[in-house]
Amino acid sequence: MTIALETQNLEKTFGGLRVTRDLSLKIEQGARHALIGPNGAGKTTVINQLTGVLKPNSGRILLEGQDITDLPVHKRVLRGLSRTFQINQLYPDLTPLETIGLAVSERLGHGGDWWRRMGTRSDVNDEIADLLTRFHLLDVMNEETVTLPYGKQRLLEIAVAIAAKPRVLLLDEPAAGVPESERHDILAVVGSLPRDVTVLLIEHDMDLVFSFADRISVLVSGALLTEGPPEQVARDPQVKAVYLGEEAVNV
Amino acid sequence: MTASSDVGYHAQRQARWHYGEVAFWLIVLGCGFLFPSRYLIMTDILRLALFTMSLDLILGYAGIVSLGHAAFFGVGAYAAGLLALHGIITEPVLALVVAGLAAMVLGFATSFLVIRGVDLTRLMVTLGIALLLEALAERFSNITGGTDGLQGIEMQPIFGEIPFDMFGKTGFFYSLAVLFLLFLFARRVVHSPFGLSLRAIKNNPLRAAAIGIPVNRRLIAIYTLAAFYAGIAGALFTQTTAIASLDVFAFERSADLMLVLVIGGTGYLYGGLIGAVIFRMLQEFFSTITPQYWQFWIGLVLVVIVLVGRQRLHRWVLYVPNLVIKQVMGRKAVVAVPESDS
Repeated sequence: MTIALETQNLEKTFGGLRVTRDLSLKIEQGARHALIGPNGAGKTTVINQLTGVLKPNSGRILLEGQDITDLPVHKRVLRGLSRTFQINQLYPDLTPLETIGLAVSERLGHGGDWWRRMGTRSDVNDEIADLLTRFHLLDVMNEETVTLPYGKQRLLEIAVAIAAKPRVLLLDEPAAGVPESERHDILAVVGSLPRDVTVLLIEHDMDLVFSFADRISVLVSGALLTEGPPEQVARDPQVKAVYLGEEAVNV
Repeated sequence: MTASSDVGYHAQRQARWHYGEVAFWLIVLGCGFLFPSRYLIMTDILRLALFTMSLDLILGYAGIVSLGHAAFFGVGAYAAGLLALHGIITEPVLALVVAGLAAMVLGFATSFLVIRGVDLTRLMVTLGIALLLEALAERFSNITGGTDGLQGIEMQPIFGEIPFDMFGKTGFFYSLAVLFLLFLFARRVVHSPFGLSLRAIKNNPLRAAAIGIPVNRRLIAIYTLAAFYAGIAGALFTQTTAIASLDVFAFERSADLMLVLVIGGTGYLYGGLIGAVIFRMLQEFFSTITPQYWQFWIGLVLVVIVLVGRQRLHRWVLYVPNLVIKQVMGRKAVVAVPESDS
């Protein structure tokens, strides 16, 4: 199997606090890989280093074998690494149509086009329409994002990441804060991602993790505690100890 | 696929010309024929409108605050003045473009300083650059004429055909033509993917980068373009008044500009135009009734605008026209509150 995304001895400190400790992860191509751990384990910090928002103190990050450690955020996206945010990072004043349209335009290299009007490229329009339909956003495509219900915003958050046509997708708690009634849409969308997209899922919800992931890494205090298939991780006494009192792990 | 054409239709929604816009420009043009005794003040408003549109491009669309936009205005003004005075380029339109380009070069060079910081740093950096230029202009008085300014500028006819007249008629229509052309260009740009990406950067730079937008490159591009616009506004100032003095760089000019844009509203291009009209009218009105305290009243108006909220004011003002449109044409108002104006 080829490795889609890899970290080698990643280290990150905030002042005296080591938030990422000698972290080496390998995520296989096409995997459904989950990164779990208790609150404050440093999961989001790892994501931020993978995407380039934060720079690691040392260590390397490889995307499909190529070193991307020093690449800025937008160049990693163009190389096929895209993410969703734990807390929605959307454009409040823009509509879903504009938000997704922009992501598609950027990917197809039309983002810097300052003359041709939005909406006049049929290839871009087709893709926007497809995404809006898949993510149940067609009926609200002209509403300002800030006015949308949270569940719809969450869908948009994921749709924007998908619009970049990633080969590796990082999902940071995709179902966080979504009311029960709207959860189904999110889970269905996440479940129906094409198999050739490698997914790294960060999640608190153990039901979601165990129904989705085929491999799990457990992060505790910034370091890798254990890694393996779900059954093995669920049986691991160390993992149980970490999660004891937080949640019972059942398969 | 119908959804796709639907998407295309709605994506171009804002780029389409509304009746309100056509009416707006017809009224502006009409003013040129209705008030022949008012060319000077109307030309002044057009220049201010163009200058404010320049600030709107960076502030309203890309979210870059500036307290030193007069730097580009001043460079444009002096460039146009020097070109005419020394007979380097005597044809006004060509000189105008060259002056705009001079400001643009400065804009490009300083954009690297401006994009680095956050809002407060940007305010300081832009302010500093304008002050610096003002000081330089004073220091090199052999070139700029120092505190006396450039004197004895004589404008040649436009395209060698249309001379500037003493009533300012040529100046007015010349300025209007320049403003309209640059407006068309800006309108085109803001409705392109590039323009949309600026709004995305203003809304959320973190997400903008996360969908692959090269944030810094885009900011440099729009800052440079805005500098060109401001330079043109400055050059128009020199060409239509035949003077260029140190106050083109003045801090008050940059600060007023911010007021004008706030009054007119940011992020829909007409804010600068409407703001310029209202600002000059208020200035005129207040300085007639209280020559000493007009600034107090302008300040008060500004506070009221901010407190009441421009959106609400727009709604009140547009209530009747929108009602008529709804009743007569049976559809939603075409003159709506600018959507990015919250």
